[in-house]
Amino acid sequence: MSKANLLDRRAVVSELLRDRKGAFAVGGLGASTYDIAAAGDHDRNFYLWGGMGGAVMIGLGLALAQPTLPVVVITGDGEMLMGMGSLATVGLQRPKNLSIIVLDNEAYGETGGQSSHTGGPADLVGVAKACGIGDSRSISTMAEVEAFASSLQDVTAGPRFASAKIDGANLERVLSSRDGTYIVNRIRGSVGHTPI
Amino acid sequence: MHARAETAASWPEEIFSILQRFEVRQVPYVPDAGHSELIERVLSSSSMRGIALTTEEEGVALLAGAWAGGQRGVLLMQSSGVGNCINMLSLVQIFRLPFLTLVTMRGEWGEFNPWQVPMGSNTQGILELAGIKVLRASHPDEVREVVEAGAAQAYNACTPTAVLLSQRLIGAKVFTK
Repeated sequence: MSKANLLDRRAVVSELLRDRKGAFAVGGLGASTYDIAAAGDHDRNFYLWGGMGGAVMIGLGLALAQPTLPVVVITGDGEMLMGMGSLATVGLQRPKNLSIIVLDNEAYGETGGQSSHTGGPADLVGVAKACGIGDSRSISTMAEVEAFASSLQDVTAGPRFASAKIDGANLERVLSSRDGTYIVNRIRGSVGHTPI
Repeated sequence: MHARAETAASWPEEIFSILQRFEVRQVPYVPDAGHSELIERVLSSSSMRGIALTTEEEGVALLAGAWAGGQRGVLLMQSSGVGNCINMLSLVQIFRLPFLTLVTMRGEWGEFNPWQVPMGSNTQGILELAGIKVLRASHPDEVREVVEAGAAQAYNACTPTAVLLSQRLIGAKVFTK
C-alpha cells in the first residue's frame, strides 16, 4: 500500500546520512537496516539482523562510550515498541550525542505487514516525551528530515527523538553484511581500537 | 532485608576493585538487594557509569554498543533477570563480545518464595545453553578469586562469562510477619 502524503523511507534515511561526518548509524532489525545499507555502506554502520528491541540500547552504549561523536539510531515502529522501556533509560541517562528516529509505517513489514500499535492509539513521540526526552517531534516533511539531520550533528543538545510516518510499501532489500563480529570490529577500528 | 554473611572484607568492595582494575566503564543494572552495595559504589565512582535499566535485556544490548565504542562493561542482575535476556544474549555470540555478568542468585539455599525457584533452578543451564561460561562463588572468601577469573577470561579471552553469586553467599531474603 502506498500513500502520496507519506515520506519515502529510503529518501528519509539517505537524507539523514547524506552529510553524516563522523556519525554512527545503528539500524533496527528489518527494513531500517536495509535502508541504511541502501544509503551506502560505511565503517560506522551498525547493522542489526537480530536482537529485536535492542537498537536504542546499542545506540546508548555507543553514545556513552563516544560522547563527542553523533550517534543516530534509525529503527522501525515494531522494533521500537518492543524496546519502549529503553526510552525511559535514555531519558534517565540524557546522552547529549544520541538521536533516535523511528520510521513508522504502522506495520510489521518483515513478517507480512501486520498492523502495529502505532496505527492505533500508541504515540511514540508522546512516550519519548513522557520518558524525559524533551526534544521529541513528529516529522512529516522532507524539510523536517533535513532539520533533524543537521541537529543530530549537535552533540551538546541531545538526546532527541523523532517519528516519521513513512510509506508502507515494501521496497527491494539492500543486504548489508550479516557478520556481527566484522560489523562491530569495523566500528571499533574506525575509532582507533585494534582487535584483541 | 537480607541476613548477610559476616566477613571482614566486604566482597562487593572487592568486586568493585576488580572492575576498576579491568577498566570497566559502563555498569548497567537492575536494582537488586544482593548487588545494592556494589551499585552504590559504582554510582559514587568517577570512572564508572551506573546505568539503571527497565529490564535486563537492555543491558546486553547496551554492552554491545559500549564495546563497539571501545568501552568495557559488566551487567549486574538477579537470577530472575537472566530469563529476560535470552534472545538478546544472541548478540554476545554474534558480536563475540567480552561479556561479563554478575548474577545474584535467588531460588536456592533457604528460599522462602516458591515463585523464585523455577528460574533460580534453571539460571545456570540457561546461561550455558546461551553459550556463556558459568562460574560460581558461594563463600565470601572466594568471591575475589572467582570474579577475577571471570573478568580475566571475559575481557582478555573474549569468553563470555557469568559469575553466579550464590544465595548462600548473599543470605536468603528474610520475610518477617
